Amino acid sequence: MSRFLCPSCGYVYDEERGDAHEGFPAGTPFAEIPDDWACPDCGVRDKVDFEPEDGQGR
Amino acid sequence: MASMGQAAGLAAGGAHSAAEQQVDWRDPKRYAWLLGLIVPLLPFMAWGLVQASGVAAFWFFGPVLVFGLFPLLDVIRGLDSTNPPDSVIKWLEGDRYYRWCTYVFLPLQYAGLVFACWKWGSASLGIVAEIGLALTVSMVSGIAINTAHELGHKRAKLERLLSKVALAQSGYGHFYIEHNRGHHVRVATPEDPASARLGESFWAFLPRTVIGSLRSSWHLEAVRLRRCGKRTISIHNDILQAWAMTAILYAALAVAFGPIVLPFLLMQAAIGASLLEVVNYLEHYGLLRQRRDDGRYERTRPEHSWNSNNVASNVLLYHLQRHSDHHANPTRRYQALRHMDEAPQLPTGYAGMILLAIIPPVWRRVMDHRVLEHYQGQVTRANISPRARRRVLARYGSAGQAAA
Repeated sequence: MSRFLCPSCGYVYDEERGDAHEGFPAGTPFAEIPDDWACPDCGVRDKVDFEPEDGQGR
Repeated sequence: MASMGQAAGLAAGGAHSAAEQQVDWRDPKRYAWLLGLIVPLLPFMAWGLVQASGVAAFWFFGPVLVFGLFPLLDVIRGLDSTNPPDSVIKWLEGDRYYRWCTYVFLPLQYAGLVFACWKWGSASLGIVAEIGLALTVSMVSGIAINTAHELGHKRAKLERLLSKVALAQSGYGHFYIEHNRGHHVRVATPEDPASARLGESFWAFLPRTVIGSLRSSWHLEAVRLRRCGKRTISIHNDILQAWAMTAILYAALAVAFGPIVLPFLLMQAAIGASLLEVVNYLEHYGLLRQRRDDGRYERTRPEHSWNSNNVASNVLLYHLQRHSDHHANPTRRYQALRHMDEAPQLPTGYAGMILLAIIPPVWRRVMDHRVLEHYQGQVTRANISPRARRRVLARYGSAGQAAA
């Protein structure tokens, strides 16, 4: 399970937790999220801009 | 000003730790933010002035303050382009005092609304004074959307809830969805109903943005609910939840003070929403994000919003006029928003620009050449209204563009 970070505002999509309000139940892989999905917190960056967080220590 | 200079020196010097800077740096606007609370107090101030002077015209105090006094104050009080040093931004955002300045707006806002309904319900003022009071309440209603805007961008659940509460008065609950998920994603593109186009008058923009934002917000919410496996028309719909608050609020006021309050409530909602939309109109007028080779729009940059450093309007609107930084960092709290040198500047504050916007020939005279200068004369780089395209190109397009 990986975590993906919005490079603009720091919102984190955590595959383990998902985002129920956005319609992604816990365990939803990032790959299954539609490409045109924008960051739910800032709206500035889209899914394709998100950066994987694993092992980066950020 | 001296303290700002000192702070900048500290930041540049870097000799002090962050903790020491928190103590050393003083926010010159810290207590000025309390002035924003003048707005929800307007109905009471109008009443006080009528009581003290015996002049019923003071019921119109709200629009007089917003459209008369504040444009004047913007000119007299001038500009302030100073920024907090980068090193204190995090600390500044964490200071809960600033949050409370926005929270307190809400109880005052609704106390004013109840007070107004009581006045309308008692039918003691006469129709002209009642309309004056409705216009004053409209200013609160519209500027409350700005307070809701500040709250609605935050991550905290409480602030998101308060945002919906602040929108209940104007019935503009869908704004919370459309602004964050629609406008911020598509800002300064032809697809955004809330980004005004070059050659588009405010009066053409108003129905386009009202209807377009409504449809877009509904669509966004329907898509989200479909992903959740829930029905669009259900208790889970954030838009319906917000509108339900308005319905309950209006119904309760009608029961308490009589159905006579309903036309006044509808009036203040319509004018309040229009006040928000005229501000939307001037924030991105004519500005356009270019398409990249891969078909996506370029990222939103400071050059895609009009800014103003006029102090009076900035204090009244929680730094909304530092709009470029807001679009770059939408979750950033108002007290930490920065002036950006590369952002296009309006000739005066939002309060004065509203007056120009409602008179299209004046607006075009003041703004069209600024859009053109912003794009170094290349009018085709602007977001041009399709309906006005021929006229705009005929007037501003050079020979070079005619060939393109």
